[in-house]
Amino acid sequence: MVIEAPEIARKRKAGQFIVLMTDEQGERIPLTIADSDSEKGTITIIYQIVGKTTAKMAQMEKGDFILNVLGPLGHPTEIENFGTAIVVGGGVGIGVAYPIASALKKAGNKVISIIGARTKDILILEDEMRKVSDQLLVATDDGSYGFHGFVSAVLQNVIDSKEKIDIVYAIGPVPMMRVLANLTKPYGLKTIVSLNPIMVDATGMCGACRVSVGGKTKFGCVDGPEFDGHEVDFNLLITRLRMYAEQEKQAMERYRCESHGK
Amino acid sequence: MPNRKSRRWRDIGVKAMENKEKKEKKEKIPRQAMPEQDPKKRITNFDEVPYGYAAEIAMTEAKRCIQCKKPACVAGCPVDVKIPEFIKLIADGKFIEAAWKLKETNTLPAVCGRVCPQEDQCEKVCILGKKDDPVAVGRLERFAADFEQASGNIVIPEKAPPTGKKIAVVGAGPAGLTIAGDLVKLGHDVTIFEALHKSGGVLIYGIPEFRLPKAIVDAEVDYLEKLGVKIVTNAAIGRLKTVDDLFEEGFHAVFLGVGAGAPVFMNIPGENLSGIYSANEYLTRSNLMKAYRFPEYDTPIACGKNVAVIGGGNVAMDSVRTALRLGADNAYIIYRRSEVELPARKEEVHHAHEEGVQFKLLHNPVEYIGDENGWVKQIRCIRMELGEPDASGRRRPVPIKGSEFTIDVDTVVVAIGTEANPVIPKTTPGLDVNKWGYIVTKGEAGETSREGVYAGGDIVTGSATVILAMGAGRQAANAIDTYVKTKS
Repeated sequence: MVIEAPEIARKRKAGQFIVLMTDEQGERIPLTIADSDSEKGTITIIYQIVGKTTAKMAQMEKGDFILNVLGPLGHPTEIENFGTAIVVGGGVGIGVAYPIASALKKAGNKVISIIGARTKDILILEDEMRKVSDQLLVATDDGSYGFHGFVSAVLQNVIDSKEKIDIVYAIGPVPMMRVLANLTKPYGLKTIVSLNPIMVDATGMCGACRVSVGGKTKFGCVDGPEFDGHEVDFNLLITRLRMYAEQEKQAMERYRCESHGK
Repeated sequence: MPNRKSRRWRDIGVKAMENKEKKEKKEKIPRQAMPEQDPKKRITNFDEVPYGYAAEIAMTEAKRCIQCKKPACVAGCPVDVKIPEFIKLIADGKFIEAAWKLKETNTLPAVCGRVCPQEDQCEKVCILGKKDDPVAVGRLERFAADFEQASGNIVIPEKAPPTGKKIAVVGAGPAGLTIAGDLVKLGHDVTIFEALHKSGGVLIYGIPEFRLPKAIVDAEVDYLEKLGVKIVTNAAIGRLKTVDDLFEEGFHAVFLGVGAGAPVFMNIPGENLSGIYSANEYLTRSNLMKAYRFPEYDTPIACGKNVAVIGGGNVAMDSVRTALRLGADNAYIIYRRSEVELPARKEEVHHAHEEGVQFKLLHNPVEYIGDENGWVKQIRCIRMELGEPDASGRRRPVPIKGSEFTIDVDTVVVAIGTEANPVIPKTTPGLDVNKWGYIVTKGEAGETSREGVYAGGDIVTGSATVILAMGAGRQAANAIDTYVKTKS
């Protein structure tokens, strides 16, 4: 989705996110900025329909208005010339991985990108990722395209190939990030993950986004969204993400009934 | 000229006699009670608890005021409301005029009439209070302000001619709204930048509907916009633009009234279990996002059956009374000191008692225990006793060894205070903060270490009250006015 937000488009950096609220009754949800065009004054976000807000967004048409957009929030990705950087993106996480890969490339890194999806049809940003990477590796869970299997297996292959790796970025579903962090830990490979806890204000005011990093409580919104993957308590993150599972289901059912009636 | 002195003496003499007569009559009028929703009924809704005075009752109460020549009440008010004058107007049935009188010095009278701790300010020093109950200043303020809002007869006062000076106010809370109102009346071009999507700050996200209806806050904000204040919401200063960016955009001065927004946790085991909230989150979900009307509104909130609120301040009372209204069977206040040390207003504690809140005083949580799904199911508490007074002058609570026990809960709200949000200081070079992260100011006018940057409210003092933040806004307004006018 492309949103007109000129000030955010000018200011935002890789790794930062926005909070949006579609309408007066809506919820505030955080979404990472995938791309921006400061001349056109637009930002691009990539989302998956997971609940009522994203379902509402999918129903929107060109020219519609989003009631509130706040950003850019969170710390930008710390970009420097590390040497060789591996950027792993899974599912819609590729949308977050893309600006990071792009920024790393610009900073002079050798960028090896690994992207994966459940199946070929839902793989996004392949061409864009290819443009900003020295090497692009693709995996699909069902083998419909590229490597048959998970991105973790591809990363293992790269590690086994004795490629000198200086840093790994892993962005995607929480279970994927956990697997990748566990994979790189024995090799001592610094691994940065981008977390997506539940947020309300996203400016450090409410603490809904509490995550445990290295045994310390951090706020995903102002201390993150990126953290050292080896220090993150992923179980806690998964548990807290499920906090409103029942209400989310209820809201979705209600929304389906309402939109059906129209 | 020669007659002046004698006339004045004569006037005073006559007045004194009148006062004496009035006083004798007035002492017979008791402080007028304000009708309230029945406690059993009100815990099933979010409607405001006190109904407010009817006109006749307001006039009766207003007539109790003896119109002191040197009113201690005004000195007790952080924004110098002309208390005897507005009360006199109510006594005379001039209700709209009373509201206008209030607005000469107070930008948010309908709010202050509800949430100011009058018992510690104007009413505390009311001369009637020495022998009898003080005049109900707060209730009268609310009456006049509500009367004006209901009448729709909102008069926009005359403003000074435009000065051509642009002033940025960061944060649309009590301090920011007050200073914006003051500066715009002085002829400045004022823009408020607010991070949330609605103006009001704590008045909108923090204080619940049953204590401060959001329509009241909206009306006060609306009034400011009519005065000419520009408000930009969804603008997180420090992220979208920095304080320096604001100067580059042509603002001549910046006021920081960003509040003490970051929640404090106790850092005890299990505090990140699901079902444990900061009061900021719990109240923001309920008030700002209207989670109490889920699923009509999209934002969810845990509607626990056994809810414990940790802390004893106004925010704790707001949280625990919200929990009852969300359907809790048991709503507890867990506070480490005793009833007398409760920092909340007496009125709020009284309301909480009436509504069936269970007070676990001299208790302190030491650990949260979760179920197999990572949801809180118990609090392990320890009993406390009061020892020697600490730095705050209150007796220090000391744990009683071996007194731990558990309380079954499914929702916990941690309401033990807030601290400074570091985003603005971190993105504003040269802005001095103290060791707690609060902005350091010189004197009472809110001048910071950066030229042209002023600050006031909780970001300077740490968590305090709405009215103290408003007072800070008022003082900084005068300083900024002088600053921008003297600096070519």
